Amino acid sequence: MGADAVADYRRARRMLGVVPQELVFDPFFTVRETLRIQSGYFGLRDNDAWIDEVMAHLDLTGKADANMRSLSGGMKRRVLIAQALVHKPPVIVLDEPTAGVDVELRQDLWQFVRRLNRDGHTIVLTTHYLEEAEMHCQRIAMLKAGRVVALDATHELLQRFSGSRITARVVARDGRQHVLQIEGYSTLEGELARLRAQGVEIADIELDRPDLEDVFLRLTSS
Amino acid sequence: MTGFWTLFIKELMRFIKVSVQTVAAPVLTSLLYLLIFGQVLEGRLEVFEGVRYTAFLIPGLVMMTVLQNSFANSSSSLMQSKMTGNIVFVLLAPISYAEFFWAYVAASVVRGIAVGAGVMVFTAWFVELRLVAPFWTLGFALLGAGLLGALGVLAGIVSEKIDQLAAFQNFVILPLTMLSGVFYSIHSLPPFWRELSHANPFFYMIDGFRYGFFGASDVAPGVSLGIVALAFAMVAGICLALLKSGYKLRT
Repeated sequence: MGADAVADYRRARRMLGVVPQELVFDPFFTVRETLRIQSGYFGLRDNDAWIDEVMAHLDLTGKADANMRSLSGGMKRRVLIAQALVHKPPVIVLDEPTAGVDVELRQDLWQFVRRLNRDGHTIVLTTHYLEEAEMHCQRIAMLKAGRVVALDATHELLQRFSGSRITARVVARDGRQHVLQIEGYSTLEGELARLRAQGVEIADIELDRPDLEDVFLRLTSS
Repeated sequence: MTGFWTLFIKELMRFIKVSVQTVAAPVLTSLLYLLIFGQVLEGRLEVFEGVRYTAFLIPGLVMMTVLQNSFANSSSSLMQSKMTGNIVFVLLAPISYAEFFWAYVAASVVRGIAVGAGVMVFTAWFVELRLVAPFWTLGFALLGAGLLGALGVLAGIVSEKIDQLAAFQNFVILPLTMLSGVFYSIHSLPPFWRELSHANPFFYMIDGFRYGFFGASDVAPGVSLGIVALAFAMVAGICLALLKSGYKLRT
């Protein structure tokens, strides 16, 4: 992003808003104080208008003057997100934001994150839930033992690493049922012809879409 | 600069919010020392000519409280932030290591001076004390509090667990303050212990601070102030180097 993390650390850090994975908070302060302090760290003195807006979006307004200690885990997570947003960073890093989060908050969270993304924020999401990554991310990097083993657009990754698989349930002439798995489209034609020649009836055909879990397993097992 | 001010004010708010524990309690402890030692030793000991023992004791107690509380503020705050993990908010913000250091030290100085002033106010009932050289007193209070605030930062960075910090406090800070001549003049000590006391930087802080009240001291105040300033520069230098390298905070 054009800012050296060491030489130009102030600019580099202003571009990032980080939501840590652990529920960290300072037990001495209320939600509003926490957000004001966070603003001050980023050089923003009068940030109350934006703080109010962020709190409203995250459903925190009612808890503005509550001490951090008294908040539930879900509410603390919301404050962490609000803290990452006080300085309107272009890039937001969400470190496993849904680990141990209830369904309702998870839905709210994704809705809010999508909004931020639409508003022009880049979201860097780290997660162990591959379906989350598949559902929300446009580009995915996979790491194994701290090294990037794949980095590509989500659909590219899915196509490149896992060919489609077709599962067919067939009924043979003696009436017995079999399940056949056919790898890839290229062999499909031949297999079907072979089945027809043997008088096998096809009862059901299912197309397995590749998912990230397949990709991940292939990458990490090789 | 907003980063420095915010961190400084956050540190002030932190101890003010629990001021019963951070201000009132140490004031009470000092008053208990005064009551007990003053009661037992009054009339038996005359350190400076024409100065009652209680009067001699009070400045020492005040300075001891300043030093201990300055250390407690930065060290406990840093330690708590490390333990709870909320230190990341400061480490990820565009705040320089120097701003970080000075904010913690400045807040520690305020806490130390606040508690010291509290002790002064309450002890005024017991003995009437006059400041004959207030600038010396103020100079030693500020510099001494700064030195201990910086030592607190150092201890807070280096300690990995609460008990390591407690060990530093109980086995280094406490003996050095208690043996610094708060309760006696080092001239009353056997030669060996008297010489050893000169190696204790806390002695110069207490001695110099007391000079402002009585115009008399074991060591010339200018020399003492120089030694304290040197000690502060050394500890500050070590802290800044550690913070710059990210030692234990970023690694």
